[in-house]
Amino acid sequence: MARLRSDPRLRQGAAALAVLAVLIGGAFAGLLVEGMRNPAAALAAFDAYLLRLVRFTLWQATLSTLLSVLPALLVARALSRHPRFPGRQVILQLFAVPLALPAIVAALGLLALLGRAGLLASSLSVLTGGTWPGIYGLSGILVAHVFFNLPLATRLFLEALDTVPADQHRLAAQLGFTPFSTFRFIEWPALRQSLPSVAGLVFMLCVTSFTLVLTLGGGPRATTLEVAIYQALRFDFDPARAVSLTLVQLGVTALVLVLLARLGADTAGEANPSVSPRRFHRPSTGERMANAALIALATLFVLGPIAATVISGMSADLARLLFEDAVRNAAATSLWLSSLAAGLAVLLSLSLIRARRTLSQDRTGSFRPFRWLTETGAGYVLVIPPIVIGAGWFILLRRAADVFALAPAMVILVNGVMAMPFALRLIRPAYEDGANRHDRLCASLGIQGWQRFRLVDWPVLRRPLLAALAFAMALSLGDLGVIALFGSEQVQTLPYLLLARMSSYRTADAAGLALFLALLTLALMLLADRLGGRRR
Amino acid sequence: MSAGLAVQLDNVGFGYGEAQFHFDALLPAGEITAIMGPSGSGKSTFLNLVAGFEEPHGGTVRIGGADMAGVPPWQRPVSMIFQENNLFAHLPVEKNVALGRAPNLKLGEADRSAVAQALQATGLGGKEKRLPHELSGGERQRVAIARALVRERPVLILDEPFASLGPALRAEMVEEVRALHRRRGMTILFVTHHPEDAERLADQVVLLDDGRTIATGPAQDFFGAAAPEPFRRYLGKPLPSPG
Repeated sequence: MARLRSDPRLRQGAAALAVLAVLIGGAFAGLLVEGMRNPAAALAAFDAYLLRLVRFTLWQATLSTLLSVLPALLVARALSRHPRFPGRQVILQLFAVPLALPAIVAALGLLALLGRAGLLASSLSVLTGGTWPGIYGLSGILVAHVFFNLPLATRLFLEALDTVPADQHRLAAQLGFTPFSTFRFIEWPALRQSLPSVAGLVFMLCVTSFTLVLTLGGGPRATTLEVAIYQALRFDFDPARAVSLTLVQLGVTALVLVLLARLGADTAGEANPSVSPRRFHRPSTGERMANAALIALATLFVLGPIAATVISGMSADLARLLFEDAVRNAAATSLWLSSLAAGLAVLLSLSLIRARRTLSQDRTGSFRPFRWLTETGAGYVLVIPPIVIGAGWFILLRRAADVFALAPAMVILVNGVMAMPFALRLIRPAYEDGANRHDRLCASLGIQGWQRFRLVDWPVLRRPLLAALAFAMALSLGDLGVIALFGSEQVQTLPYLLLARMSSYRTADAAGLALFLALLTLALMLLADRLGGRRR
Repeated sequence: MSAGLAVQLDNVGFGYGEAQFHFDALLPAGEITAIMGPSGSGKSTFLNLVAGFEEPHGGTVRIGGADMAGVPPWQRPVSMIFQENNLFAHLPVEKNVALGRAPNLKLGEADRSAVAQALQATGLGGKEKRLPHELSGGERQRVAIARALVRERPVLILDEPFASLGPALRAEMVEEVRALHRRRGMTILFVTHHPEDAERLADQVVLLDDGRTIATGPAQDFFGAAAPEPFRRYLGKPLPSPG
């Protein structure tokens, strides 16, 4: 007990929690102070427009969730019914790409495909018998959300289906189950169990979605709370309004979370599809064709915007772009900011993981709250939208300092903290595994401190640590949240520059930048996957 | 050089959650003691208290007469061989053994020759550069024994070291431990589920049940006609009731 209390690993864990507390607490303080300063203005912001914002935020999230999750059920089932066909693995990998793609790149890809001047515009005009208006507003938001979340939900459902023991499939084959009874007795129970989690995760992602709504929403009729916060701070200079909006956004997020927890959803899901187990049934030709059509349709839907990103990116003047000073500066800024953010994310998660492990030896129970914070609590930073944190600090700092000069610090801190839960998930299994194998051995041999890190921990953790670093860097590289608030002529990241080019209708430039950014993040994600996926 | 030290658990109390333990035992210096008992009876806890992975809530653990309270595992005069995970999978045999000598792998001339001798003595000569996964289960346990050899601690603790081995290998490892004991004369404590291991190896037996020491004594008594009744019940051979 006394030994535990003085353990340096606990101090590091407490320090990591303190960073989170200061970052989040500071944002809240900023919001509260501003609200107190001018309560009348903050209250005045609760008007019909705010009500409409809340309604639209929830409405688009509900529609997006339905449109993503229901088809995903069917696609996942189709994929699970056919565990071996050529290209299946490629399709599954393709379904992982949207997760790795920065939202702004996807938004641009969708516009390049389905926008008013998109690749498909002329064919769509012929089909609809008029001029294709392009996807903006609600339709744009929905298509974008489905593009991101249909593949995610499919992978999660497929994972659920893969947990069905092979014996159940053997039994079904022996009893001569029809596809319908297989679905009813075997597949549906597995899917139903993961349905609340998956739907909850998708809903949360859509409620807090910022970039897609900002770039595709267009106009006050298709704006969500997050985008309204951004507009209140950057365009209307109305911090009182931003405070009200942020508080409402927080209230909505909290409410949704509570409801989801009631439903038994685990909002911190992750997708890791394995190779499907063998199946013993022989699908009829009809089912085969229906499944093939479903899979093909979903694949095309995911492939379309990706292909459009590549095609329109290639047609940009890439050579000129790459030698443009603004682009080079933005790329350099992006790289150093995201490297530091990734380093912070890894440092925070390692501190938390080590503290948690140390606390698991506590048999007295007096550290229980601390343990909960390092174990589960830290994961909850994910549900606090970066825009909210950014807005809080923006409001807090605006009187004391030049907020735009603080952009780098804010981007590193917020992106690092937001990437931390993902880094945590990549590092923790390897760390726990290593600790289980080595803790007692090291204690009995007296291998401690730096020697332990050098001889034991580093060789075991090197790959997951680098994987987490690459993953966190990719996340932060593509992020357009905090930088949208804090960015300026002086501090521009690639996504910020992309948004600027988009807003000034330099579409070809934007497309080229999007391709560049997509390649960077994909390369990092691929690296993370390689390093993290297979050990040895 | 590392003649054994007596191990004493004097009125030792320990507990977590529902589980409560109370141990009283004196394990004579230089002898081999088998710790036996049904699963959940506290065998591992007993060893962990001696090795220092757990601190008692009451009573005293003494090794060679010295109170071990607050002494961390690596400073106790104890080596421990676990059931598994005795080796660092990413380090070759040689380094795994050398870590018993120097936790920073900085070896002097004497250390190097001690390591080489221990590897020879355990029949691992020529396998110095192998990684643990290139060895058989029996060889891996022998690496652990070689490391215990170079550590030269007066007390050796073995937590079901043969549990994952087949019958032939188990007999071989029992011989290995006996040879080690002949050479060094250390005090040995080992947990086993197999009465034949205990019979072949142990001088003393400690029987645990439900977190308490319920019988201790010379092994020949335990395996002879005068076996204590709880031990007979544990073996499933109660005395035929008279009449």
